[in-house]
Amino acid sequence: MSRYRDLLLSAALTAALMTGPASAGAFGLGRAALPDEIAAWDKDVRPDGTGLPAGEGVVEAGEALFSDRCAGCHGDFGEGVDNWPALMGGRGSLDQDDPVKTVGSYWPYLSTLWDYIHRSKPYGNAQSLEVDETYALVAFLLYSNDNVGADFLLSRDNFLDVVMANAGGFIIDDRAETEYPEFSKQPCMKDCKAVVEILNRASELDLTPQSEMTAGSGQMGETASNDQTLVTAGERAFRKCKSCHQIGEGARNKTGPVLTGIVNAPAGAAGGFSYSKSMRNAASAGLIWTKEELAGFLAKPATYMKGTKMSFAGIRKKDDITALIAYLTSYSG
Amino acid sequence: MTNRFMTKPPSRRQFLSGAAGAGVVGAAVATSAASGGGTQGDPLITQVQDWAIGHGDGVDITPYGLPTDFESDVVRRNVGWLTADTVSSVNFTPIHALDGTITPQGCAFERHHSGAISLSKPDYRLMINGLVDQPLVFTYADLERFPRENHVYFCECAANTGMEWAGAQLNGAQFTHGMIHNMEYTGVPLRLLLQEAGVQAAGSWVFVEGADASSNGRSIPMEKVLDDCLVAFKANGEALRREHGYPVRLVVPGWEGNLWIKWLRRIEVTDAPVESREEISKYTDLLGNGIARKWTWEMDAKSVITSPSPQSPIRHGPGALVVAGLAWSGRGGITQVDVSLDGGVNWVAARLAGHGHDKGLMRFYLDTGWDGKEMLLQSRARDSTGYVQPTRDALREIRGLKSVYHNNGIQTWRITPDGRAENVEVS
Repeated sequence: MSRYRDLLLSAALTAALMTGPASAGAFGLGRAALPDEIAAWDKDVRPDGTGLPAGEGVVEAGEALFSDRCAGCHGDFGEGVDNWPALMGGRGSLDQDDPVKTVGSYWPYLSTLWDYIHRSKPYGNAQSLEVDETYALVAFLLYSNDNVGADFLLSRDNFLDVVMANAGGFIIDDRAETEYPEFSKQPCMKDCKAVVEILNRASELDLTPQSEMTAGSGQMGETASNDQTLVTAGERAFRKCKSCHQIGEGARNKTGPVLTGIVNAPAGAAGGFSYSKSMRNAASAGLIWTKEELAGFLAKPATYMKGTKMSFAGIRKKDDITALIAYLTSYSG
Repeated sequence: MTNRFMTKPPSRRQFLSGAAGAGVVGAAVATSAASGGGTQGDPLITQVQDWAIGHGDGVDITPYGLPTDFESDVVRRNVGWLTADTVSSVNFTPIHALDGTITPQGCAFERHHSGAISLSKPDYRLMINGLVDQPLVFTYADLERFPRENHVYFCECAANTGMEWAGAQLNGAQFTHGMIHNMEYTGVPLRLLLQEAGVQAAGSWVFVEGADASSNGRSIPMEKVLDDCLVAFKANGEALRREHGYPVRLVVPGWEGNLWIKWLRRIEVTDAPVESREEISKYTDLLGNGIARKWTWEMDAKSVITSPSPQSPIRHGPGALVVAGLAWSGRGGITQVDVSLDGGVNWVAARLAGHGHDKGLMRFYLDTGWDGKEMLLQSRARDSTGYVQPTRDALREIRGLKSVYHNNGIQTWRITPDGRAENVEVS
């Protein structure tokens, strides 16, 4: 076995050597990257200007381009539309309560802006901007942020002269000094504080996607009763009912009547089913299976309607009843 | 609120004699018998069920199996108001409904900057250029010929729990802590690929980028690259999913998810960071004084109770209760998780389930009993560096209120007497 492996290995190495692998490494894998391939993909631009191609653009040209290609999301001046990012403003706000982090107020390097626009913009049509167009757009955004005047021309030659407002606004991760010693102390295990007060609750803000809550979470109201999660929970609860009831397409009366369309339907209305006398009486009296009535019936059928044929103890959990009704509702009108 | 709760499981002797279990375990039995109850037997038992009469599905009904319909609510979900467009957005792993530690790929959170692209193996190319002796291009097939390794790692977005900086915001562990997943990756150490190209002495960083329109370029110091970065092409035994970077993604163990470049197409060896949009305008941490931290790559130790939680309330009434949760650290392994039932007054060590992996998720349980009264549940992770997960207030004291990323503060769930759970913050 080992001889076989050695043979394979030496054969592979010989083959690799014979085909002249580009690789300097041990495996002889891969091929040389060609200059035009590297040029096509290696587009990153660094703060010192490394990677920046020759070119230029003026504010006015950038404004026209911006209006055409960018303003749909970022607004005519870069102020941002809806939830899309603002690209201007916010200077002086970083140490305030509501900081506005934009190209003008936060970005420390001009190269970042040039690099990002050239490689990834516009959104949905990346890498479609020419070098000069990129210079023009960057010039316009500098103008929008009061970094330069209206007649400014940006080029590779003056690129490093532009001063970004927040150039000095960053420090390298200092958690090892400012946090780790503090957060590496032996923690308290017993009687760690005198009082515990609830300071705030997520429900006060009401930001959780409500349709996503599950049964029994306490977040469900009438509006959420049809939510898929609840219906799924109801489908599970309906397993208890399935031995006697059918619902949905092709449902037939069994020991109990078909339940398709039961919610908000008149009582005793399933065709061809022989109801108890008490159910027939209730039907003549005008009983409608509203969610409230159903909830009452399902909790304790025999108590709710003396003499019903439904020989079922009832569903004890309120959440199960709510879910079950949601499931029934999904088959109703 | 001291001593209000039974924080230790009863001893075997107490349990058998009923001394400790009486009001607790007994009550649980009574409520869990709901479906049968009374004198009538449970029809699920006493009546022959459909599934016990006919046949189930034959083989090949679903050549690639999907979860049963009964589990259709266990899915990724997003928060609509967070982002302008789902193409550049995030959704959340349903951690409240999962157990164990491995996240199934199909419900592992997604974060895209230009959407999940479709890139086939034959069309895949990986370039290494920059400060190397020989710039190289690899095909997918080339990658499969390098020695490969298997490792379990968590991937957590730096923005996980970011919405909770100013106070409790979202009711659900999925939404507060679901920007995380944990998979077993198969891949080639990035170091081997770089050695193949021959890194020059000046090469102290790499710039990595993806094939999608955002490219999401990030700079990573060479020390980390040589340590444990993995060029991965399988997760949990099968190909990566499109939304996680099929066919190849970068795995940067313990570091923020934004560095884990999907559809990895290029690795450039440099002598300085690029300071790209993703690493300077985003994924930086604005402090109270208006100065921002950059290069905050490591994910500090953190934990959350996944059940009970707002989407996974207590449905069984008082009695035996399993408190389950997840803990992790980007700086090593989890050595202990403490759980408090009273908002941080008293803590007990939870049971760590399994050995865990460095920079991987650890599952913990507290097997306890519930007296049906209000609880304020918290968990606190400790890692192999000695770091103890801080409170949110402790973080705010140092960082202020303006940060978005790296919120690893302790989470509180308030359990109400009817078993519901809600996201609160306590003093």
